[in-house]
Amino acid sequence: MTICEATPTTGADGASGDQGFEAPVGRAAGAGLVGLELSDADRSEKFARMRAGELGSVHSWELVTAVDGPGTRMTIFLSGCPLRCLYCHNPDTMAMRNGEPVEASELLLRIKRYRRIFKNSGGGITLSGGEVLMQPAFAATLLRGAKEMGIHTTIDTSGFLGAACTDEMLADIDLVLLDVKSGDPETYRKVTGRALEPTLKFGRRLAEFGTEIWLRFVLVPGLTDDPANVETIAEYAATLPTVSRVEVLPFHQMGKDKWESLGIPYELGDTQPPTNAEVDRVRDQFRAKGLTVY
Amino acid sequence: MTTTETSTTIDGAATPDPWRGFETGPWTESVDLRDFILRNYTPYEGDASFLAGATEKTQRVWETLEKEYLSVERERRVYDVDVDTPADVDAFPAGYISSDDDVIVGLQTDVPLKRAMMPSGGWRMVETAIREAGKEPNPAVKEIFTKYRKTHNDGVFDIYTPRIRAARSSHIITGLPDAYGRGRIIGDYRRVALYGVDFLIAEKTKDKDAVADQPFSEHWARYREEHSEQIKALKKLKNLGAQYGFDLGRPAATAQEAVQWTYFGYLASVKSQDGAAMSIGRLSGFFDAYFERDLAEGTITESDAQEMIDALVIKLRIVRFLRTIDYDQIFSGDPYWATWSDGGLGEDGRTLVTKTSFRLLQTLRNLGPAPEPNITIFWDETLPDGYKEFCAAISIETSAIQYESDEQIRERWGDDAAIACCVSPMKVGKQMQFFGARVNAAKALLYAMNGGRDEVSGKQIVTGYEGVQGDGPLDFDDVWNRYERMLDWVVGTYVEALNIIHYSHDKYAYEAMEMALHDSEIIRTMGCGIAGLSIVADSLAAIKYAKVTPVRDETGLIVDYVTEGDFPTYGNDDDKADDIAATIVHTIMQKIKAIPMYRDAIPTQSVLTITSNVVYGKATGSFPSGHEAGTPFAPGANPENGADTHGMVASMMSVGKLDYNDALDGISLTNTITPAGLGRTKEEQVGNLVGILDSGFVPQD
Ligand code: SF4
Repeated sequence: MTICEATPTTGADGASGDQGFEAPVGRAAGAGLVGLELSDADRSEKFARMRAGELGSVHSWELVTAVDGPGTRMTIFLSGCPLRCLYCHNPDTMAMRNGEPVEASELLLRIKRYRRIFKNSGGGITLSGGEVLMQPAFAATLLRGAKEMGIHTTIDTSGFLGAACTDEMLADIDLVLLDVKSGDPETYRKVTGRALEPTLKFGRRLAEFGTEIWLRFVLVPGLTDDPANVETIAEYAATLPTVSRVEVLPFHQMGKDKWESLGIPYELGDTQPPTNAEVDRVRDQFRAKGLTVY
Repeated sequence: MTTTETSTTIDGAATPDPWRGFETGPWTESVDLRDFILRNYTPYEGDASFLAGATEKTQRVWETLEKEYLSVERERRVYDVDVDTPADVDAFPAGYISSDDDVIVGLQTDVPLKRAMMPSGGWRMVETAIREAGKEPNPAVKEIFTKYRKTHNDGVFDIYTPRIRAARSSHIITGLPDAYGRGRIIGDYRRVALYGVDFLIAEKTKDKDAVADQPFSEHWARYREEHSEQIKALKKLKNLGAQYGFDLGRPAATAQEAVQWTYFGYLASVKSQDGAAMSIGRLSGFFDAYFERDLAEGTITESDAQEMIDALVIKLRIVRFLRTIDYDQIFSGDPYWATWSDGGLGEDGRTLVTKTSFRLLQTLRNLGPAPEPNITIFWDETLPDGYKEFCAAISIETSAIQYESDEQIRERWGDDAAIACCVSPMKVGKQMQFFGARVNAAKALLYAMNGGRDEVSGKQIVTGYEGVQGDGPLDFDDVWNRYERMLDWVVGTYVEALNIIHYSHDKYAYEAMEMALHDSEIIRTMGCGIAGLSIVADSLAAIKYAKVTPVRDETGLIVDYVTEGDFPTYGNDDDKADDIAATIVHTIMQKIKAIPMYRDAIPTQSVLTITSNVVYGKATGSFPSGHEAGTPFAPGANPENGADTHGMVASMMSVGKLDYNDALDGISLTNTITPAGLGRTKEEQVGNLVGILDSGFVPQD
C-alpha cells in the first residue's frame, strides 16, 4: 500500500491557529459505530447487563493520532453526561439514550485488532464522551480488558463523577485527561451547571494514587478567560505532582451546528475564538507555575 | 569541489582506474548493478547530524534559476518553446543555468525551461501545445510529421476498433496514452557511470548478433531492429557527453563523474521522450559507493558530496515537456514523475539506507520543498531509527515525500526495484511497463444498470446488455451479475485499446535510449488501472445493506437513485464494505488476466491516484452511494470524501485489505496530515508519523 502525501492544508481555522478543542483537524464529525455489531438485548436485560459492565451506550469510535493522549489511539465516545457545558462540541452525547447499545466484548475485539498499531505508535485506547464515568462498570470492563492485552489506557473526564471511579479501576488507568473547566466555583457552575469541588477532589485523588494527568482547560473569551479564574486552576494544577502537561484549548465554534440540529438553545453563538495573544497569556499563567504547557 | 581535477576532456588526459577500491564480483564481467551495489555500499544506521547545508554556489544557481526562469514560467505557464528542432538526444547544443552551473551539468535544450517538440507521439498535441504557448509551429516541421513521418497517434487510430472509439467518446475509457508518450520506463542510468557507454554498446552488439544465425521471424526482426536503435541511441549519448566536454565512452572515475554520467543517461532520455512519467530509479546506494571511496581518498568533503546531489536535484526539478492545457488538466499540472526510490532492505537483510539517502532528503532543506523529483521511500518497520525519524521530520517540514511498503515490493520485485510514476514498481533495467492509464470502473456500474446506455448523454454505447428491470428497489445479486457482465465488455475494450497503443508506440515512438539501458531480455507488464473504486464499493454496499430505488427520466434512463437507510462505507475498517472493494478489484483483475497481452506482457492492475479524478468525475453520473453527478472521484484507493469517519489509520486498514496480488502495479492512498495534527512538539510529531507509517504498512492482527 502507498501513502502519497499531498500538500498540507494550513492548520485548523480560527484565530489562534491552534488545534480546536476536542475536535481538531483530522477528526471527522459525526463518526459512527462502523464495524461494531449492535446488541439486540431487550430493555430489562439491557439494564442488568449494563450494570454488570457487559453492555454500554456508545456514541462512536475512531482512530486518532496526537489527540486524546499519546500516539495513535482508538477513542471510544460513551453516551451520557451529567454536565451541560455551554460550549460542549458533542451535545448529542449528553443524553445516554442517544447512544447505541454495544457489548464490551465487541469493543474489546476491535481494540485487540489494533494492538499492533498501539504498540507501533506508543498509543492505546481513550474512553471519552459524554462522560465516561456515567458508565463506570462498562468503562471498568473495557479498561481491564485493554490492560490484559497490555494496552495503554486513558480516560477523558470532567472528574465530576470521580467518586464513581473505584481504586480497582484507577489501577487500570495509565493517564487521565482531566478537564478542569474553571477555577472559580461560580464560573464553573455557569459553564457546566454543576459544582467544581468533585473535580478538584478527583484530581487530588489521582495525584495521591500516582496516576499521570494531562490537565485540560478550554479558554472561552468572556466566559473562562478571567485571569483570576485561570490563576486558580494554575495554582491547583501546580499542587498535583502527577500533572505532566497542561493543554490550553482555544474555544472554537465547532459544535454550533449540532446544538442547532438538536434544537437546544446555544448561548455562545456570538463568542469569538480567543486571539493568539490571549491564548499565550493564559499559557504563560500556567507556565509561571513551572508546568509544561501546550 | 573543483571539477578540473576530476573531469577529463575528450583529448584523453589520463584517468585513474575507475573501479579502484571497489570489491569485484560478477558485476565486473557483465552488467550487474545490483551485485555492484551490494558489494560496495555502506549501510548507514546513524542520524542526520553529519549532513552539510547548501554551498554558496548551490544557493547562487538556485537563486538565478528562481529569479530568471522559474518566476517567469509561473507567470506565463510555458517559459519558451523551440519550434524548429524536433527533439533528440544530441539535437541541442550545451546549455547552462549560469556560469556557476558547473557541478552537474546538462539541460534538455540550450536554455533552462525551454521546451522541445517530441512529435513522434503525435503531431496534433504538439501543434496545440505550441499555439497554447503563444507560438506558431514551423510549417516545415509540420510537413515532415504530417506528410512524411507517421506518428504513434496515427498508428493507433489506424487500428482502433469501433467499440474503442465509442468508449473513448463516452469517457468510460479516457486519458489513454494514444496521443502522448507512455512513459513508465526507467532506464538503468547507473550503467552509464559504472561501465561507460563503449562497454554498453559492445554488450548490445553482442546481444544483437547472438541471434544473427537464427531464421527470420517477426519477433527476431524486431529484436534486431530494436537493438540497432538502442546502439544508435548510445552513440548519440556519447555525442551528448562530448557537447559538454565529457568522454562518456569510459566508466566514471570519480563520484562527481558517477553522478554526472548517470544524469547524462537520464538527460538523454528526457531529451528524446516525453513520457507521462519519466522516473529516475534507485540511485542512492550506487552513488554512495563512489562518495565513500572519494571521501576516504580525501578528494571530496561532505559538503562536496551534498553539492553534487543538490546540483543533480536542481536539474531534476527543471525537466519540462511540451504539454497541452488539456493534458495539464488530466494530470492536475505538469508532472513528469522523476521518481527517485530510496530506503528499503536488501534481500540479505541489511538496510539499503546509506548516507546518500540522507543527502537526498537534505535537498528538500537545502533547496526548499518541491514536488520533483518525487522522492519515494520504501518503508519498513525495521529501517534504521535515525532514517525513519529523518524521513518523518522532512515529511512534516515539506510534505514532499511518498511512502511505499518495502516488503510488498521486495518480495515481488526484488531489492533493486524502483517506482515508475507514483506507485508502479519494477526491477531496474530488467523490467518495463506498458502504461495503461485507467478505466472508469464506477461508470461501468452505471452502464450495467442502464444496459449500456450512457447516463450522461443517454446514448446507447454498448449493445446487447439488459439494464435493471422495473422501478422497485435494486437487488444486490441482480446488480452484481449485471456489473460482472458489463465489466467483460468494458475490460475487453480497455485492454484491446492498450494492446493497440503499445504495439503502435513500440513501432513509431520506441524509447531507444531508455531501452538501451535495459537488459536485452526483459519482463514487460501491462499496467492496467481502475478509477472510482470507493464509489462502486459504497454503491454496492448501499444496494446490499440499505434500500436503493432508481429514478428514471422520461426515456427510462436511470439518472439518479434514492437511498434510504444506513449502509457501511469503504474506508472505515469495516469488513462488510471493505470486502466488497476487495472483490471488485479481484474481479476486474480476473477479467484482465483472461485476455492475451501484447508482447506477452504480464497483466497488472493499479488503484492509484494520478489526480485525473476531476476529469473522470465530470464525465460520470450519480450513484446509489450518494456520489453526485459531475463531482470529482476520490483519488486512487481513497475512501469517498467524507465517508471515512473513523480516522486516517482506519482508512489505511481498509486499503490494506485490497489484495496486493490483484493490484501488483500498486495501490495508493492519499492523506493530508497537518503537522499540528501530529502532535504538540516536533519530536512528538515525528514519533507519531513514524508510528502511523509503521502501522500502515504492517498486516493487522
Ligand atoms: S463534560 Fe464534555 S460532554 Fe459533558 S457537557 Fe461538558 S463538554 Fe459536553
